[in-house]
Order: sequence, then C-alpha cells, then structure tokens
Amino acid sequence: MSALDTTNVKEGVDRETVDAVREVGGKYKYGWETEIEMDYAPKGLTPDIVRLISEKNGEPDWMTDWRLAAYDRWLQMEEPDWAMVDYPEIDFQDQYYYARPKSMAEKPKSLDDVDPKLLETYKKLGIPLKEQMILAGVEGAEAAPAEGRKVAVDAVFDSVSVGTTFQKELKAAGVIFCSISEAIRDHPELVKKYLGSVVPVSDNFYATLNSAVFSDGSFVYVPPGVRCPMELSTYFRINAENTGQFERTLIIADKGSYVSYLEGCTAPMRDTSQLHAAVVEIIIEEDAEVKYSTVQNWYPGDENGKGGIYNFVTKRADCRGDRAKVMWTQVETGSAVTWKYPSCILRGDDSQGEFYSIAITNHHQQADTGTKMVHLGKRTKSRIVSKGISAGVAQNTYRGLVSMHPKAKESRNYTQCDSLLIGDKCGAHTVPYIEVKNNSSRVEHEATTSKVDDDQMFYCRQRGMDEEEAVALIVNGFAKEVLQALPMEFAMEAQQLVAISLEGSVG
Amino acid sequence: MAMAQAKLDATDARLATLSLPTGGWAEAARRDALTRVQATGLPGRRDEYWKYTRPDMLTAATAAEAAIFDADEAPVFGEVDQLKLVFVDGVFDAAASDDLALDHVRIERLAEAGSADIHWARDLYGTLEIAGQTPVVRPLAALNTAFATDGVLIHVTGAAPKPIALVYHHSDPKSDVMLHHVIRMDAGAELTLLESGPVAARCNMVMEIDVADSAAFNHVRVQGRDHERQAATHIFARLGQESRFKSFTMTANGVMTRNECVIELTGDDASAHVAGACMGDGDFLHDDTVFITHDALNCESRQVFKKVLRNGATGVFQGKILVKAGAQKTDGYQISQSLLLDEDSQFLAKPELEIYADDVACSHGSTSGAIDEDALFYLRARGVPHGIATDLLTLSFLAEAVEEIEDAGLAEEIVTRMEAWLARRRG
Repeated sequence: MSALDTTNVKEGVDRETVDAVREVGGKYKYGWETEIEMDYAPKGLTPDIVRLISEKNGEPDWMTDWRLAAYDRWLQMEEPDWAMVDYPEIDFQDQYYYARPKSMAEKPKSLDDVDPKLLETYKKLGIPLKEQMILAGVEGAEAAPAEGRKVAVDAVFDSVSVGTTFQKELKAAGVIFCSISEAIRDHPELVKKYLGSVVPVSDNFYATLNSAVFSDGSFVYVPPGVRCPMELSTYFRINAENTGQFERTLIIADKGSYVSYLEGCTAPMRDTSQLHAAVVEIIIEEDAEVKYSTVQNWYPGDENGKGGIYNFVTKRADCRGDRAKVMWTQVETGSAVTWKYPSCILRGDDSQGEFYSIAITNHHQQADTGTKMVHLGKRTKSRIVSKGISAGVAQNTYRGLVSMHPKAKESRNYTQCDSLLIGDKCGAHTVPYIEVKNNSSRVEHEATTSKVDDDQMFYCRQRGMDEEEAVALIVNGFAKEVLQALPMEFAMEAQQLVAISLEGSVG
Repeated sequence: MAMAQAKLDATDARLATLSLPTGGWAEAARRDALTRVQATGLPGRRDEYWKYTRPDMLTAATAAEAAIFDADEAPVFGEVDQLKLVFVDGVFDAAASDDLALDHVRIERLAEAGSADIHWARDLYGTLEIAGQTPVVRPLAALNTAFATDGVLIHVTGAAPKPIALVYHHSDPKSDVMLHHVIRMDAGAELTLLESGPVAARCNMVMEIDVADSAAFNHVRVQGRDHERQAATHIFARLGQESRFKSFTMTANGVMTRNECVIELTGDDASAHVAGACMGDGDFLHDDTVFITHDALNCESRQVFKKVLRNGATGVFQGKILVKAGAQKTDGYQISQSLLLDEDSQFLAKPELEIYADDVACSHGSTSGAIDEDALFYLRARGVPHGIATDLLTLSFLAEAVEEIEDAGLAEEIVTRMEAWLARRRG
C-alpha cells in the first residue's frame, strides 16, 4: 500500500500507527535483499580507486583532481570522537567504495529499460515510481489526480542513480533534477560554482571522505522565480554487502524560487555493519525557499546490536540571499549509529532556518543528532524543535549550536528539545551550545526529559489498547509537532515508522 | 593520545615555580595529585571543557599583577554575628581573626594540622577532588591539592551556633595563592559558611565538603571586586541521605573567574541547590561550570545562574545534570540567563543533560537578551527615570538567584551590594 492512498493525515494518524504495528510484527520491513549481479571496485581506498570511481562516472579531469585533493586531505584527518556514540573501530580499507548493478553498465534510455527486479525493489519500498512515470508520460502535469500529489523520484541504488522520473515536466519549468554524475557532465558550470561551497572539502573527516569517493547522488537547480511544480524525491538504498554508500546531493534554489525535496533511506538486513557517509549541500539565494525532508530508516541492526548502518552525514544549507528560507525536517528511526547535524547558515538579512527532528532509538541504536544555526545576517530567525525517544538499551543525544554573531542584530532563536525515555536501561542526553554575541538578539532554549506518562498509559489501556499500541499512540502525540511539519506522503510513512521502531520496547 | 607539546611546556613551566609541601598526613594525597597533573597537563585552549574560557591566565607560570581595589563600602557580612577567619594574600592573620572555638565545631588550619601523621581530614583531602575528576578532568583542582599552602579544616558535629566567615584580603598586587579547605559535616550537623574578598591577584581555591546523612550545609560567597584579580575555584561536595546543600555566589568585577562546582548526590532524598549572580563591566570574564551527578533515589537538584553584562563583558555557563541508571524519581532543574546591557557583551552557554534513568523530571532553560523594552516603557511612563528603571529591572532579573539564599538577612546583604554596584554605574 502506498502512503499516497490516504489523504487525510490528521484523522488517519492513530489508526495507521496501530495497523502498522500489527502488520509488521516487529521485523524490519525493508530487510530483504535484491539479487542482482553487482559490479564492484576492489575493496579499500587508494588514489586508484578514486580515479576509478571518477572514470566510471565519466567525469572530466577537474572533477578527478577535486576528488584526489579531497583524498589527500582525508589521509591527514582524524575520525571525530566527541559524539556520544560508541562503535568498534571502522576499517576504512575493508569497504567497497563502488558498486553498481551490472545491468546498469550501459545506462537505460528510459525507466522501461531498467531491470524489472530493480523496479520490484522500489515497489516493495513503496515508492510509486512506475505509476508516477506513467502519469507523467501519458497525461502530463495537468492530469495528475487530486488525491495524489506528484513526486519526481531520483532513485539511487547503491552507487548509481537508476532513473529520474518526470524529467520532461521539470524541464518545461526549467528545473534541473538529475543525478550528480549527469550534472557534472551536462552542467559543469553550476557544479563547479557550487560544489563544496557550503561543505568545504576539508570540512570534517566523513565529508572529506565523501568528497573523495562519492559515487552518485542528486542534483537540483531551480531557476530564478520558479516554483518547482512537484516535490522532488530521492530514495537511497544500500543493497550490496560491505558497501559504503557515499552519495552527494547538491541543491541550488536561485532567486525567488521554491522547492521541496524528500529523501528516504532503507537498507537490507545484514549482520555486519555498513558505512554511509553522505553530504548534502543546499544553496538558497535571495527570497528562495527550500524544504528538505528526510525519513531515515536504514537497517538499525538486530535486537542484540549486531549489524546495522553507521550513518555519518553532513548536511548544511547556506541562506546566501536576503529573506532566504530553509526548513529541515527529519525522522530518524534507523541506523545502528547516527551522527548527523543538518545545519543552517543564515547569511542573508531576514533569512530563516527551521529544524524539526524526531529521533527514535531502540535496542542498541545510538543517535547523536541535532543542528547548527549560525546567525550572521540581521533579523535572522531560527527555530529548533527536537524530539528524542529512547527505548531498549539505546542512547539518544541532541547536540546543537545556536550562534548569534555580533552583526546578527535583532535576530531570534527558539529551541525546544524534549526527550522521552521508555524503559530504565536507555539514555537521553542534551548537549546544546549557545553563543550570543550581541544584545538585540533573543535566544531561548528549553529542554525537558520525562518518561511515558502513567496516566496517559492508564487511559489508553483502560480503553482496550495493549501496551504497545498505547506507547505508539503516546509517542506519536509527543512527536506531533514534527510529524506535522512533514510533507503529507512522508508524514504517513513516518508515523508507521514510529510504531515499528518501538516494537519490543515495552513489556 | 600524547599531550600536545605546548600543553606539556606550559604545565612544566607552571610546576617549576612551585614546591611540594612534604611531611604529614597529606603528603600521599599531594604526591598523587602532582602525578595526576603531570599526566593530564594543565587546561589548554583547545580543551573542550575550556571552549569558552581561555585558561591561560589561570595556568601561566606567574600571576598577572592585580591592583589593590580600595573598598569604598563596609565589609560584606560585617553586621552578621559570625566567627571570623582572616587570610591576607592567603596567609592566616591570627590577630584579625576570632578565636577558633565554636560549639559543635572543630576548626584547624591546614598549615598547622598538616604536620601530624593522623588526622580526620586525611580521608577527605583530595578524595572528593579525585571523585570529581571523572568524567571530566579538572587539573587546576589537582594542582591545588598538590600545592595548597593553607586552608581551613572544619569538622562539624552538631548545629553550629553561628556562621563561620572566611575573609580574604588582598594586599600584594603580585600575590598568587592556593588555599584548600576541607569540611566534614557529621550526620545531622548544620553550618553556614560565608566567604568574602578578592583573596589575591590570582587565587586557586578548592573546597571539599562531605555532607553526611541529614546534615545541612549553607554557603554564601561574595567574590572580591578587584578589577584585575583572577580566580579559579572548585567546590567538591558529596551528599548523604536527606542532606541539604546550598551554595550561592555573587561576583562583581574581576578580569577572570572560573567557578566550578561538582556535586554528587549519593544518598536518597538529598537536595542540592547551586546559584550564582554575576555582574560584569568591561574587561570581565565569568565562567560558572557546574556538574551535578544524581546517584540515588528521589533527589532534587537546582541550578540558577544569572549574569548581567555590559561594555564587552563575557559570561559563560557550562552546567550539567548527570542522572545515573537507577537514580529514579530525580528532579533536576537548571536555568541560566543573561541580561546583555549593550551590544558588545556576550553570553556563551552549554547547558547539558545526560540521563540514564526513565522515571525522572529534568529540564533546563537558557535565555539571553536585552532589557525588556515594554517593562522599561511601563516604568518610564510612571515617571521613573531611565537609569533607575533599568536598575530596577536588572535587580528583578537577578532576584531569582538571590532567592536561593535561605537566610533573609544574608540575602538582603547581597541585594544591597547589587544595588550599590548598579548605582555606581548609573549614568
């Protein structure tokens, strides 16, 4: 069932959650593996691998050099250890840095040329890729039915972008939405200008690694004054074993434009851990607005903490122009270890940044996530709403920075971080950094930690819900502010995930 | 990881200026502390725990000079009935001090009692300080344990009939002082401890307090007004069942102040309140670093810190509530607020929660901003002159911290000092 089938989010909320819990019975829903022949680069990371990745993507020399420079830099860097996460040391030489389905050796002309098995994969994931394609191909934009909003999907299967739907309609609007490897070929001037301008090559250990070895990702350019006619979406999936996925996303919203971007992630079940180090860069010019929503559901490992994805992600948006606006919304339910801080640089005067986050950790999961709001321009505004839910023996940390520079006069920040603990063996932590360097700005920070309320539980139980249903309902209520900030399609999926993630956390 | 060379050099340079007191019951603890300082090195600029405060002035081989400030007002707590102990540049002044005799209290000096082989303070000296070194190291406290030249050892067996006041005078602009106090509160004992004065050009002060079951310890401190003085203070407290701990610090002026407070609630139903009010003008950095560990059932902790800053003054707050697994029914509260009176001042805060128990209610809040224009307008509309209106609002801002002082007379004394400080700066 696709989430699109239901249109009314608010009424459907609790019913959906309860259904979802029943349906999946505590198993990781996306834990199957597609058996497709894969093309691997040899294990390990050397300049030759970097060159190989670059060559396989058919990149020009300047890009290869850029990667090699990042590789050199990476060799001199140390893995960060300040986050409240604990995992065995990663052997960066025991990873595959490139894998692609063999049938992709020659790029398909259209989605019809794509291996049907792949399409089957997406179907299981619930991406309405095929239907969307038909919709776009046959009827065009105007024929889209009222109940389903259109979403253009760029699906990344391991390291290669499989197909980008809706190309025609986007093209008519002037929007460029393609894989980053295509963008390097077809729009080198844009890539050269913006790549690495928000997250510099030397930014941090994982971002530098990504700069050297990123294999694919999405590229979006919205020209001045254009309101992107549909929501853009990328669906990432790690399929192959021992494969690191290093995607790179670059979004440019030119003056006065608007785009909403959705990102979803899943990975099959494996008992060894896998590495994922992505970089997302967003550039927002004057009066433009970008919404970036993520539902992260990478495989979290089993109940005993075996396997799972290490998710080390650098995401940053730069509001370069005046009145630029960015909104990050994330639902983090997966991954064994999450290290992720989607940030906003509020450079333009009157620019705005928002961050809404739900992070759920269960069993042995560990999440250290939050945001940075760097206020540089005058009258800039930011808002942070973070909801952390910890169950089992999981650790959940909010780590954030709010910085008001001396020139960011009359700026405003409001931060709220709430943590909910389910069970007495888990942990919930809050580590905010607040730096105020002028007095006309106002900064407010609030944080609370509590457990699931006994009275609420009693109320639900009395009405015939079992303990797990009751907890799922209460948690959905606790996280409502964030769920409501998600685009509709994602809100549905997110609510189901909330319930699924908390399976086995009570009783 | 090996210590950075710069840090190693700075530590060696500082240690070269000091000599370890030998002999007596404290010697083992001193030697152990020195080893720890050598292992960790003194705080450096790149240490995460010193992110907002540059430790250079506090760790430099020799202290920067601090001019003596001519106090233009009556001594703090001068009117309170007290037992007074006076230190001048860290040296005990017997003539200016009261007789060290008080019912239910035994008072000794570290410099004198330290030569004996057996002493009750042996079990505590450096012990609480070591406990406070995890999970974050506090090398300045270890340095103090190793090299402190004097301090008071107070053993309280019942309810002390009047407060003990430690008065610190500063007479040499180059003085560099380390004092180490140990206080043992027996079950059911009660004591109010007052501290006042600038101590020295640079001071490093450690106070270890063991509060046994049902005992109550009250602490009110006024740090001296000398503009150039530098201070690093540490309070280490261990709280037993149903004990109560309260500490309030007022700071006005001082180029560099780092007040660390490390409290461990080890007995059920204990309560700890730590509060601070600071007022800074110009070249002023004030850092409150608090670490409260809940390791027992049904305990309460409260941190209230207020800072008024002007003319480029900097306020820092690092507060942490750690709730260990099993410390159920914990009630932890923390608030840090700053009032920035002009565009140049800044407030840097890191209020942390680390929680491993589920049945707890913990919250923290932190705000920063200018004076409320609406409130100012309200007062101005009623004929209150601008300067006085601003002062009134500033005092009301500081009030929440002052309210943490239990004794109304002592609170009044603090408010008087605050009013005077504001009045001197009124345009």
